[in-house]
Amino acid sequence: MSLLKYILRIADSSLILAQRTSGWCSKGPTLEEDIALSNIALDLFGQANGFLEYASKIDGTKTADQLAFNRNEREFFNLQITEQKNGNFADTIVRQFLFSTYNFLFYTALANSTDETLSALANKSLKEVKYHLQHSKSWMLRLGDGTEESRNKMQIALQYFWQFTGELFEMDEIDMKMSKSGIGVENSLLKLHWDTMVNEVIEKATLKRPKDEYMQTGSKKGLHTEYLGHLLSEMQYLPRAYPNAKW
Amino acid sequence: MSENTVVWEVFIQSKNGLAHKHVGNVHASDKEMALQSARDLYTRRNEGSCIWVVKAEYIVSSESEDGEAFFDPSNDKMYRHPTFYTMPKGSKYI
Repeated sequence: MSLLKYILRIADSSLILAQRTSGWCSKGPTLEEDIALSNIALDLFGQANGFLEYASKIDGTKTADQLAFNRNEREFFNLQITEQKNGNFADTIVRQFLFSTYNFLFYTALANSTDETLSALANKSLKEVKYHLQHSKSWMLRLGDGTEESRNKMQIALQYFWQFTGELFEMDEIDMKMSKSGIGVENSLLKLHWDTMVNEVIEKATLKRPKDEYMQTGSKKGLHTEYLGHLLSEMQYLPRAYPNAKW
Repeated sequence: MSENTVVWEVFIQSKNGLAHKHVGNVHASDKEMALQSARDLYTRRNEGSCIWVVKAEYIVSSESEDGEAFFDPSNDKMYRHPTFYTMPKGSKYI
């Protein structure tokens, strides 16, 4: 049961951020960025699919699709940062950068998992995440160290998303159990490295690192911000209204 | 956005050892962005193993009005083609 929940957490973060990011499709600031963001969304959908297939195998009763489309808000365990709205381009970039830095460190560690499937999925995802990080990092620098307006927008975005970064490094009893058995990652150990990577970019981008003050929490228990419900209703509408719909 | 970007021409090498081929262009404000956009736009379906991006302004093209002087003189110089040799049997790819 612990393993199933552990896999669902990884899958859900990818799935929800994928759904969010796909909202840029046809709305990107330029054709080039439109395709870049759509590619990132597709990468994340692919990662979510891999983990959901594995979750479905462990679960034994539900398919990957059923896991994606038939669970309710409180049964989703994605990190809250992934469900936050796209906002403006700066918001999307900051969200992607903070999450991709974490995801890069997380998958790097998960690649050493004693669970062969998790290790293989992590290795496969890592290549994609490296690119997501590169893409969002170069926009952090370009917009942070850009015009007064772009710097302001980036700083406002950073200030907003910071409250969701505490969750990235939380450990509950499932995390403890998984990391002790060599299957999972000791997230709290990622924080130091994450700080170094994020600080370097923030400084280079001439932005200010917000203080680690009040941090949002709850996704490990299925608690979410107001935005997840709306996202799910859109994402799940079709398969719920037409349960046997086929392409 | 568009006033801060310039056009970059994109060249993709499909396999190691082959020539880079022109595939199109992207708008970008710096070389990193040009390379990343080229990757996103032109290698989504496994088209390449290496990308070149070059600012379009650095490409020098011959003018169509120079066409006569540039290209016509080679029309009647058949002896520049190695077509007068007898091919050895079995040599396929020459």
